[in-house]
Amino acid sequence: MTLDLPTVWFILTAAVFTIYFFLDGFDFGVGMLQPFLARNEAQRRALISTVGPFWAANEVWVILAASAIFAAFPLWYGALLSGLYPLFTLILLAMIGRGVAFEYRAEVDHVRWRTFWDVTAFITNVLPAFLWGVIMANLVRGLPLGVDAHLQGNPLVAFDVFSVLGGLATLSLFVLHGATFLLLRLDTGSVLYARARRAALSWGAVATVLVLSFVVMGFVRVNLFKTLGFAEWLFPAAAAVNLGLIWLALTLRRDGLAFTATALTIVFSTATIFVSLFPNVLPSTLNAQYTLTVQGSASEPYTLRLLSWVGVVFLPLIIAYQAWSYYVFRQRIRDQDEAIPGGAND
Amino acid sequence: MNEIFGLSTLDLSRFQFATTSIFHYFFVAFTVGFSLIIAVLQTLAHRSGDPKLENLTRFFGHLFFINFAVGVVTGIVQEFQFGMNWQSFSNFVGNIFGVPLALEVLMAFFLESTFLGLWWFGKGRLPAWASLASIWIVAVGTTISAFWIIIANAWMQHPVGYTLKNGRAIMTDAWAVVTNPKGLEWFAHLWTGSLTVAAFFVLAVSAYHLRRRHNVSAFTISFKVALVAALVGSVGVTAAGHVQGQSAVRDQPMKYAAFSALWNTPEGSTMPESLVALPSNAERDNRFEISVPYLGSFLAFNNLHEKARGLNQLQAEYTARYGPGNYIPYVWPVYWAFRVMVGLGGVMLLVSLYYMWRWRMGRLDRPGRLYPLLLVMPLAPHLANFSGWIATEMGRQPWVVQGLLRTADAVSALSPLTVLLSLVAFWLVYLTLIGLDVFLLTRTARAGMHDPDVETPSVPAPVYLPEGAAP
Repeated sequence: MTLDLPTVWFILTAAVFTIYFFLDGFDFGVGMLQPFLARNEAQRRALISTVGPFWAANEVWVILAASAIFAAFPLWYGALLSGLYPLFTLILLAMIGRGVAFEYRAEVDHVRWRTFWDVTAFITNVLPAFLWGVIMANLVRGLPLGVDAHLQGNPLVAFDVFSVLGGLATLSLFVLHGATFLLLRLDTGSVLYARARRAALSWGAVATVLVLSFVVMGFVRVNLFKTLGFAEWLFPAAAAVNLGLIWLALTLRRDGLAFTATALTIVFSTATIFVSLFPNVLPSTLNAQYTLTVQGSASEPYTLRLLSWVGVVFLPLIIAYQAWSYYVFRQRIRDQDEAIPGGAND
Repeated sequence: MNEIFGLSTLDLSRFQFATTSIFHYFFVAFTVGFSLIIAVLQTLAHRSGDPKLENLTRFFGHLFFINFAVGVVTGIVQEFQFGMNWQSFSNFVGNIFGVPLALEVLMAFFLESTFLGLWWFGKGRLPAWASLASIWIVAVGTTISAFWIIIANAWMQHPVGYTLKNGRAIMTDAWAVVTNPKGLEWFAHLWTGSLTVAAFFVLAVSAYHLRRRHNVSAFTISFKVALVAALVGSVGVTAAGHVQGQSAVRDQPMKYAAFSALWNTPEGSTMPESLVALPSNAERDNRFEISVPYLGSFLAFNNLHEKARGLNQLQAEYTARYGPGNYIPYVWPVYWAFRVMVGLGGVMLLVSLYYMWRWRMGRLDRPGRLYPLLLVMPLAPHLANFSGWIATEMGRQPWVVQGLLRTADAVSALSPLTVLLSLVAFWLVYLTLIGLDVFLLTRTARAGMHDPDVETPSVPAPVYLPEGAAP
């Protein structure tokens, strides 16, 4: 493997996806957990407040992933997005609903209004959490691509047992990630914190089973790791170790360690996907000659060099100020009723 | 199989792109101008230390926030649809077109969303200077965003700094792409146009409260700030539009001829401009027309003797250059959209001038007789933007990249049913969002300002534990 410009951009694209799953993963998780953890309005608000200042900036990482693919691998961009057209349509609709639900819920002080947005928020957090897994599974398994990377056949080809299992794996991983994020953000003495802890324990088990089944099925079905060429067990094993680490951290009540463990599980799982994909970006299930490769779908060196310079300047800057925004809102959150001595908790 | 209800994948994809772009643009234009007005208001509040102004900033900030949420989420659709609906276009232009999009994300989207979060949720948690800096960063971010998207669009209308290789456009000169003269003209037009969107909204909201004698001293200030923005915006948009028209004659003559419904190159020594016409693509002529002599030459060339080429003559030229085909855009929507845009621009200019005169007379504390007009004026810049996009984008058909790639060759190989289903779904969601946005904006705008000590009542601040609190 030589580190030429297309390879560098493939690694960068994988990194941007990883950061996206890491950051928006806990947003999705908090959104999915909200109906189960919160029993009253104050608790719901407290949960939303944990991600309120951050979700919009977290979501931008997926826009960056899309535009990085567009600029650096135009063929891949067109083939992936048009090939999985129904999936991306659903993701986009869900992301619209999710963003609006977060912001509009608080605008009108009426029970029915808020319930409507709570339901919307739940559905629109479940959908992308599931669909991103389906997309990642499709990425490694490939699509029936023909000449000029155009999809041949029914667009519903994206759904099969393998990809649905992939979807369930990401969904459970994001719920778990959201739960461990809440352990960092909530007042440790609160009812919500205790519930988040229980959720982390049970979803830790679910995620372990689903992620490992996906890995096993990937190994059998699509030869997930054969292209690695070195230590093919490394990334999946690291993901598995981290799943174990979550249990340890929860038992020892080490919130930071638990969050780090779920974060690393996401990092290693995403790495497994992209490493096993290399040197392809989208295999064709019809004919190997139609498979899109890193080299074959990349932009010209001039464009890639330009992008690299801009990336070198701006990515560290973005990471710095986004980290700063997390620092500004670093304190743990308590729900309003619990904050007032003798406050009502229905 | 290639059509559904008589509509092809191409028709539906074009309709979907127009829907997404126009819908997204309602919110984008608002965001660009509004963030600047709020930044100015907060600067005034910061310098005077007046809690009333602080409160005014927060009030308009809330309205901004309601809009921004929809702007962000519709922007994601915009980013993805190039690949989803226009696979061949993406392959063809990715090397060039993808770059400004990526730069937009790297330089603007992250800035906007991070610092808006800091500004809105950080009230009382950030020092005053950091809060002020945050809103200015948001304002700068929205402007950078507009710049890159216009550079991308300008390349499609006027390709520069490229060469063709293996059937794809390859970038050879990034500086030429960034300094595309079209891009700079359009950026000026778009930015000043955005200013009018926000300005007339703030004018309407301020007038509503001035009429009811609520917080008169505060709303007079927001009225003045918005009025300056409205004047700068409407003068700027007119001037930039004039320059653009003249460069279109040179670089996109077919589009310019469609703007004017000019079917044949004028025979006389000068060019008239039609005021009203009924263009017909079938007859390749106007069924009816009222023209003003000399006006066309003046608008297009700043003199009284030069002439632009007509659609029919250009069709012959293009056929000779690009092979057989129909190169004439659908003229009547382009022609009328162009006129609606120009007419509304004139109305905006007159209204701004009228209130500037009232300001001079010291009568700004009341909205006066034009009050009902002021209340509907926020629609004018939106409608002008809408018409402007229709005119400029339909006017360059059948090209998606002028002279290089036809729209019909750019589309993804999707079944029309797939596109139709997504189109219906997006329409339903967009209509709901428009309804919600208008509902929340009017509701919040009418409620007016609250006591400075009370946060927007329905959005209570979360309770943060003090640092180092006992677990």
